[in-house]
Amino acid sequence: MAISHQLKRVDFIFSNENDWEKVLSATIKKKPADLINELISSELKGRGGAGFPTGLKWKLAAEAKEDAKYIICNADEGEPGTFKDREILSKVPYKVLTAMAVCGYITGAKEGIIYLRGEYKFLQAELNKAIEEFHYYCKEIKFDFRISIFMGSGAYICGEETALMESMEGKRGEPRNKPPFPTQRGYKNMPTVINNVETLVHTFTIFKYGAKKFYDLGVQYSRGTKLFSVSGDTPKPGIYELELGMSLQDFVYEFGDGDTKAVQVGGASGFLVPRKKFKDAAIGFKGKLVGISLPTGGSMMLFNSSRSMYNVLDNYLEFFREESCGQCTPCRVGCQQLLLGIKAVKRGEKPAAYLDKLLRLTETMQLTAKCGLGQSVANSFSSIVENFQEEMIY
Amino acid sequence: MNPIKSLIREMADKRGRSRENLLPIMQAVVEREKYLSEYSMIEIAKQFDIPAAEVYGTATFYSFIETRPAGQYIIRICKTITCAMKGKNQILFAIQDMLKVKLGETTPDRKFTLLETNCLGWCHKAPAMMVNNEVYTELTPEKVRDILTGYMKINDQNLN
Repeated sequence: MAISHQLKRVDFIFSNENDWEKVLSATIKKKPADLINELISSELKGRGGAGFPTGLKWKLAAEAKEDAKYIICNADEGEPGTFKDREILSKVPYKVLTAMAVCGYITGAKEGIIYLRGEYKFLQAELNKAIEEFHYYCKEIKFDFRISIFMGSGAYICGEETALMESMEGKRGEPRNKPPFPTQRGYKNMPTVINNVETLVHTFTIFKYGAKKFYDLGVQYSRGTKLFSVSGDTPKPGIYELELGMSLQDFVYEFGDGDTKAVQVGGASGFLVPRKKFKDAAIGFKGKLVGISLPTGGSMMLFNSSRSMYNVLDNYLEFFREESCGQCTPCRVGCQQLLLGIKAVKRGEKPAAYLDKLLRLTETMQLTAKCGLGQSVANSFSSIVENFQEEMIY
Repeated sequence: MNPIKSLIREMADKRGRSRENLLPIMQAVVEREKYLSEYSMIEIAKQFDIPAAEVYGTATFYSFIETRPAGQYIIRICKTITCAMKGKNQILFAIQDMLKVKLGETTPDRKFTLLETNCLGWCHKAPAMMVNNEVYTELTPEKVRDILTGYMKINDQNLN
């Protein structure tokens, strides 16, 4: 992908939401097919991390021929280093609700559900008030769409869309096989659109201003803006809306503490980029052009030279070991063995070459694990072990 | 009737007995009793007309559905990377020292249970913890001692 050589701050997401009623009533007067085309031409991709084209997702659900369909807002924000969705839901909830309703209008769904992680239960009361007012307005304009909240109960894996739906159906949050995809058979076996909180807010922007305003931001393959959750060794931790496609070098220049050793892009399931690769790395979805492209749900964790990358990896692996749903063997056993393995190398009980065996294990997990959790452990593992081998051994 | 039994029945009557209502009912019981007892699981299974093992299987999947008796206030300290880097252990030591319990334990007066948890989503204000549904951020040992002292002062009777 192309690298944009400036860091551009934008303010779409948290800007004024007072016009949501106008946006809703104006949007549902347009033809669904036109709205889908608008969304497709914006090239918006899912902001939860996986980056599936949003317009296509809505189109597939609209084409599904079932009476009951569902719109789910995925607010099970659990990736280490991510905290933007909570901010959206507490600051501009009406944008999210409006986007869900528009999605319902386009796809023919009458019911929307927000899956809110248990850790954010304190948001529930405020959000319910907003939903109540939203319903009141829908009734006023004779638009039939209902939204409710479903509370999670502390499980990272439920952020995976099919695990989330299992959880809503009262089961263990174990991912399903895909296909069928949720747009064909999702919640209660019915066509379901499931989008990240931030993705929905971007659709609000697109319906309000048109696709062009969104498309003009960012770079090829990575259009628009993105919220970044910045934490770790930085003088200004927080949430920032930035144009996609920036180079990691510029990011570190803006947010680093002058001593940045590495940046973890995309949370524990993302990649660790060492200092020497900052200038070649860009934040955005994979494209055909030069450099390393780093897709991300927006988690940016900075580490300075006082940090041991061994400790960082150890922390991630413990996280994955606990959060693996345990359903498929590569992930369940793989996460356990990786953690035992790096500890053994560190203690000198295994030779340094054992790290290569562990790297091969992560390749196996990448190929054979059932869902994104097990598949993506390889990302942080290999990027840390390969770039900081010394720290793993001594 | 046993109050938990009636809570479960009430919820099942109100929400319905289809499987989508299972997690919300378990959450309501945990909200009330702080944990889901074997008794509650069996009672829920009866109401939903599913095997108790199914209820147990679902319950034990979720880290916020405690299946062992827990204290009135469940302290969950975030142990994920940024909180770990920003001094989570100091917070943990301060609490252990103050409450005289180890991780996973409940104080003898059944007031506090001390647990660790994975990323709470407050990395920009680390270290963070939850006490029941309340979130506390940018903790220091002094701050956490003040917070817990506050909880200790709350009269038990006001809560029941």
